[in-house]
Amino acid sequence: MSTLTYTLSDSATMVRRNLRRMQRYPSLTLMVIGVPVVFLLLFVYVFGGTLGAGLGAPSGGRGEYATYVTPGILLITVAGVAQGTAISVAMDMTEGIVARFRTMSIARVSVLTGHVVGSLIQTMLGLAVVTGVALLVGFRPTANPVEWVAATGLLAAVTFAITWLSVALGMVTKSVETASNLPMPLLLLPFLGSGFVPTDSMPAGLRWFAEYQPFTPVTETLRGLLVGGPIGSSAAQAVAWCAGIALLGYLWARRLYDRDPSR
Amino acid sequence: MTTSTPRPAVAATGLRKSYGDHVVLDGIDLHVAEGTVFALLGPNGAGKTTTVQILSTLIRADGGDVRVVGHDLSREPDRVRAGIGVTGQFSAVDNLLTGAENLKLMADLRHLGRAAGRRRTAELLEQFGLVDAAGKPAVTFSGGMRRRLDLAMTLVGEPRLIFLDEPTTGLDPRSRRAMWDIIRDLVAGGVTIFLTTQYLDEADQLADRIAVLDRGRLVAEGTAEELKRRVPGGHLQLRFADPTGLAAAARVLGEVRRDDEALTLRVPSDGSVRSLRAVLDRLDDIQVEVESLSVHTPDLDDVFLTLTGHDTEEKVPA
Repeated sequence: MSTLTYTLSDSATMVRRNLRRMQRYPSLTLMVIGVPVVFLLLFVYVFGGTLGAGLGAPSGGRGEYATYVTPGILLITVAGVAQGTAISVAMDMTEGIVARFRTMSIARVSVLTGHVVGSLIQTMLGLAVVTGVALLVGFRPTANPVEWVAATGLLAAVTFAITWLSVALGMVTKSVETASNLPMPLLLLPFLGSGFVPTDSMPAGLRWFAEYQPFTPVTETLRGLLVGGPIGSSAAQAVAWCAGIALLGYLWARRLYDRDPSR
Repeated sequence: MTTSTPRPAVAATGLRKSYGDHVVLDGIDLHVAEGTVFALLGPNGAGKTTTVQILSTLIRADGGDVRVVGHDLSREPDRVRAGIGVTGQFSAVDNLLTGAENLKLMADLRHLGRAAGRRRTAELLEQFGLVDAAGKPAVTFSGGMRRRLDLAMTLVGEPRLIFLDEPTTGLDPRSRRAMWDIIRDLVAGGVTIFLTTQYLDEADQLADRIAVLDRGRLVAEGTAEELKRRVPGGHLQLRFADPTGLAAAARVLGEVRRDDEALTLRVPSDGSVRSLRAVLDRLDDIQVEVESLSVHTPDLDDVFLTLTGHDTEEKVPA
């Protein structure tokens, strides 16, 4: 077998390990899926009436807002799983089994790809659940099959990028508690963009930040694909952000993993 | 490198490692012949675990020339990894996976293939008495079972050199003996063992050669017999009912250490029945009753006291 085959086979082994661990410890998965569902219900039923009226569309109201907010909630889901990833990576690194992996002749990156691919599968599952609930509470997408595929691809790309970053965040600190706090800003970013309200309703400074932060072009592209509306240059920006964050996260994570583990 | 001995499993010269100002390994030389058991003996904080971590490619040395299973440690770490197995002091099993799944994981990572992997897993579960626990998550295992699973996982890839970092620390006496038997079986199968331990009797039981590590330096090296000859710690401890008996006994026994408070005498002895009888005969002659007697054989404390001038309890400055 060649090096590439070994890398793929070792990564597949590690993915199986991570999926089995998720199965044995389901509370983390339930939490990362449950939180965005609660957010969705909160925003649609508690804030939805008022916020929907502010959107200015002729129909207005709760249903309108459910359709508006769903892309934002989908990104909250992605960020939530990222937090779960950072926690499980940090927990894993404190255990002896990873020290064992380091002394074995296996593709070194496979320990990390196992986490990334495992989280990717977990996120896709979470996104499916959240989309299902959104449809039940009034989300009315207008996407055709091609747009659905494109939206799924974009969400997978965002997840891939954010997950590599959170793998690094899970390793940069020694304590599991810190690791669970570090990705917190990721959970806030969809709020400080066009995920929940249009950016032009924000004060000038915040609006400037909202328009230039990575989640906004992603939200706009997602919204354009799912419920129609202008996409423009957002798609290209979204893809560029994903590629950049993924590369940075990957290089950082590898560097941290190659560092001496003790002290 | 010597030419008379077989190819060394470990050959290290001038191995050093420090964390900031704290020197953990201060230039140590190690030579372990293939097919032998080598014990690195020392108290907590002596640098034993650091040595194993470096030799097993887990952490990098600051200096030194090291070859493990014939490959240079810094240039070909992956070739080294392919030939070694490590069972550390802290268990390296996946707690959420079952016994069988842990072994299967190792088989997959060693690229054994489906059928061979399943066969090896079944074999090792049987050999290590884990058949009943095969379907239970490792988190439910007892200390002894966990240690056995850990070692079984190390053996999946049939390594030529196995590092055992304090393999019996924290085990009850029965599990400890079981672990010793397993280690002896491995050696009989031609595997080289690099063992670290705090217990002199463990090194004595298992090792062909013992090196004593203290504060990052090797202070002695040799067979168990050679080391013990350098350690005159063996003695008899005699306790008497009253000061008169103590004084009388002290007069006839000659060179003794006397404690008037505790009414005890410490008599140098190699622990043999003959030396014991000689002491008791002399006390019988003067009709002094001994209230209690204990035989003390040299232990790690004695080794340390003799070789380093301080005992094992003394803390290494951090």
